Amino acid sequence: MAGSIQSVERAAAVLRLLAGGERRLGLTDVASTLGLAKGTTHGILRTLQQEGFVEQDDASGKYQLGAELLRLGNSYLDVHELRARALVWTDDLARASGESVYLGVLHKQGVLIVHHVFRPDDSRQVLEVGAMHPLHSTALGKVLTAFDPVAHREALEVERQRFTPRTVTEPDEFEGVLDITRARGWAADLEETWDGVASAAAPVHDRRRMPVGAVGITGAVERVCEDGEIRARLVAAVRDCARAVSRDLGGGRF
Amino acid sequence: MTDNHTAVTSSHGQGPFIAAIDQGTTSSRCIVFDRDGRIVSVDQKEHEQIFPKPGWVEHNAAEIWTNVQEVVAGALDKAGISKEDVKALGITNQRETTVLWDKATGEPVHNALVWQDTRTDALCKELGRNVGQDRFRRETGLPLASYFAGPKIRWMLDNVEGLRQRAEAGEILFGTMDSWVIWNLTGGPNGGVHVTDVTNASRTMLMNLQTLNWDERILSSMDIPAAVLPEIRSSAEVYGYAKGALDGVPVASALGDQQAALFGQTCFSKGEAKSTYGTGTFLLLNTGDTPVNSYNGLLTTVGYRIGDQAPVYALEGSIAVTGSLVQWMRDQMGLIKSAAEIETLASSVEDNGGAYFVPAFSGLFAPYWRSDARGVIAGLTRYVTKAHIARAVLEATAWQTREIVDAMNKDSGVELTALKVDGGMTSNNLLMQTLADVLDAPVVRPMVAETTCLGAAYAAGLAVGFWQDTDELRANWRRAAEWTPRMDADTRDREYKNWLKAVERTMGWIEEEH
Repeated sequence: MAGSIQSVERAAAVLRLLAGGERRLGLTDVASTLGLAKGTTHGILRTLQQEGFVEQDDASGKYQLGAELLRLGNSYLDVHELRARALVWTDDLARASGESVYLGVLHKQGVLIVHHVFRPDDSRQVLEVGAMHPLHSTALGKVLTAFDPVAHREALEVERQRFTPRTVTEPDEFEGVLDITRARGWAADLEETWDGVASAAAPVHDRRRMPVGAVGITGAVERVCEDGEIRARLVAAVRDCARAVSRDLGGGRF
Repeated sequence: MTDNHTAVTSSHGQGPFIAAIDQGTTSSRCIVFDRDGRIVSVDQKEHEQIFPKPGWVEHNAAEIWTNVQEVVAGALDKAGISKEDVKALGITNQRETTVLWDKATGEPVHNALVWQDTRTDALCKELGRNVGQDRFRRETGLPLASYFAGPKIRWMLDNVEGLRQRAEAGEILFGTMDSWVIWNLTGGPNGGVHVTDVTNASRTMLMNLQTLNWDERILSSMDIPAAVLPEIRSSAEVYGYAKGALDGVPVASALGDQQAALFGQTCFSKGEAKSTYGTGTFLLLNTGDTPVNSYNGLLTTVGYRIGDQAPVYALEGSIAVTGSLVQWMRDQMGLIKSAAEIETLASSVEDNGGAYFVPAFSGLFAPYWRSDARGVIAGLTRYVTKAHIARAVLEATAWQTREIVDAMNKDSGVELTALKVDGGMTSNNLLMQTLADVLDAPVVRPMVAETTCLGAAYAAGLAVGFWQDTDELRANWRRAAEWTPRMDADTRDREYKNWLKAVERTMGWIEEEH
C-alpha cells in the first residue's frame, strides 16, 4: 500500500480494538493483542487521548473510546439542522432585542456564522452567513472557547490579534475572561473586535450537553450597553433564546 | 426556570391581542398576536386523515370543530389571557375542502372531502363536455380539476342518499372550512351565520370573478341548488360574534391559507408576490384590481377584499413537489438523514456536475400541465456524485419557481421586483441563494415565519380598527434576511436552457390510456 503511514495504521488498529469486544482495555492488553511494543502503544494511546479519541479511566487506568469520536460519527449535529431548529427563536430574539442576531459554530480556528437575522429596522443589511469571526474577541467566540475544549485549544494556539485597544490578548487575562464566562453562562464583547460595536452571546447545547454553537446579538454600543455593561434585559433575551434552541435540540432543562 | 412562552408573554405586556385560527390540512392551530404582529402563544392539534380508497381523502368535520375549540382555549391559556383581551378572531383555512351539514342539528352529512381527494376526476371530465378543462375558466379563473369545491358538492348530492331532496328543501348547508368554523363559532344551529369570504368562494368554481356572486349558469350546469350556498362576504369585516367560550368576541376575517400568507407578507401592491415553500410550493402575485386571465396555466383568484373596498386579484402558480423531493431523498433514497442535511451534502460541491432533476412524480403542473410526464434525472456521467444530485434537487425548486414567475410575467406583464418567501424550506440558505440567482431578483424572508396566521390576524384586526390601515401593517413587516443575485447572466441563461432540456425529457413517458 504505497504512501500509507505506519503510525496512522496502528492508531486505526487501536481504535478498532477499543470499539469491539471488551471496550475497556489496559496498555498491556492493547500492546499484546496488536503485537506492538509497549512504548509504541503508549505513545499512540497518549496521542489519541490528546485528540479526544481515547479516554483513560482514572481508577483502573484502562483505555476506552473518547467523546470526540461521537462528534465525528452519527451524532454529529449538522449545522443546517442547527439553523433550522434555531430559526423561530432567533427571529424572536431579533424582534425582542431590536438588534441583529448571529448563530456561530467552531470552524477551524474561528467562529463560522451559520445563521444571521437582520436587525429589525428598515436599514439595508447584508447577509453574513459563511463569514468567519475571531474566537478570542467576539462574544460568540468566547462562549465557544469557554465551553468547548476543542475551541479552547484552538484559541490558545492561534495568534490573538489586537483589533482594538480593548482586545484581550494575554493568555492569563484571556483565561480569566473564560472563567467569568463559564461562571455566569454568557460572554460579552465590549468594543473588543470592532470599535463602537458590542455583543452578548450564550452557549447552545445538544442532548448530550455538548456545546454545539453559540447564539448572540450584536449592535451599536450606545444601544446595547448601559454604564459600560450589556443591558441586563438583552442578556436575559439572549440566554432565553439559547435555552430555547438547546431545548429544541433535546438539550434538557436548565 | 420559566418556559419560553411565559417569558415571551411577559415582554408583551397586557395586550390587547388578536387571535387567529388556522384550520389546516393536517392540523388546526390558534396563534395569539400582539399589536406589533409578534407571536404571543401557539396551540396546535392534529386531526385524522381518512383514506377510504386510493385517491380519496376525507376529514371528520366534527372532530375538526372540537379541535378548533380546544386550540383556541389552549392558546389563550398559554398566553395567560382571557376572552376580554381578544379584540377579534380571524380565520384562515385549507382551501377547497368541502363539508355539507344539517342546518337544524349541525351534524355533517358526510365526511369532508379534502382538496387532495381525486374522486371527482371523472365528474370534472364529464362537466367539461365538448369544451374541456377550461369550460368555466373565463368566469371562475380555474380549470375543471378535482381540487375545487363545486364538483365535490355535486358528488355528495349524487352519492349521499336523500341529500339532494333535503338540499333543495333548504335543510342542508355547504361550506369550505372557513364557513364551517364561522357558523359553529357564531352559534351553530342557534343562529350561526352562514358566510364565506371572496377568497374561499373563488376556489369553489361557482363564483364569478367579475361580479363576486355565485354564477347561476354554472350552478345549473353543475346542478347545485343555490339554497345550500353561504353568503359571499369580504375577507375583513365582522361576520358575527362568537358564542360559548369566546362569547362576544367579533369573528372578523376569513382567508384561504395561501391568500392569508399573501396578506401576512403585506403584498398589498400590484406586482408584489410571495412564495410559500413547504412540501409543495404556492406562489401568488398581486395583480391589483383586475382579474388577469392566464394563458400559461396559472390560476386567477381573488387575493383579498377588505370590507367594502375594491377586491384585489392574484395569479397563482403551484409546484407539486419541492420539500417533498427532499423528503424523498431522505426516506426513499436514504441519501440524507434529515431534511436539513440536503444543504450540507449540496454544499460539498461547487455545482450540479451537469445533473438536472425534474421531479415530475405525478406529471408536470404549471405552466405545462402534462399528466403524461414522469420524473427524470438528466445529464448523468460517471463524474456525478450524490452531492451533485443533492444540488440538482435544490436547483429543481429554484427553476420551477422561475418557470412560474416567467408565466406570471407573460400573463400579467408585471415584472417581479422581489420575492417574499416563507415556509420551512426558507431555513435552507443555499436554496434561498440559488433562488435569488436563477430569478435574478432579491429573495426576502420576513421575521415572522407564521405568515398564514398573521394574515388572518391582520385582516381581523383591520376589521375592528385594531390596526388602522394596510400602511400600518406594512410598518410591522420586518426583514429577517435577504439574498441578492450573485450568478452571472451567462451562467444563468445556460443553466436555464439545460433545465428546460431536462423538462422536455419528462414528457410523453406515460402512454395515452384509452
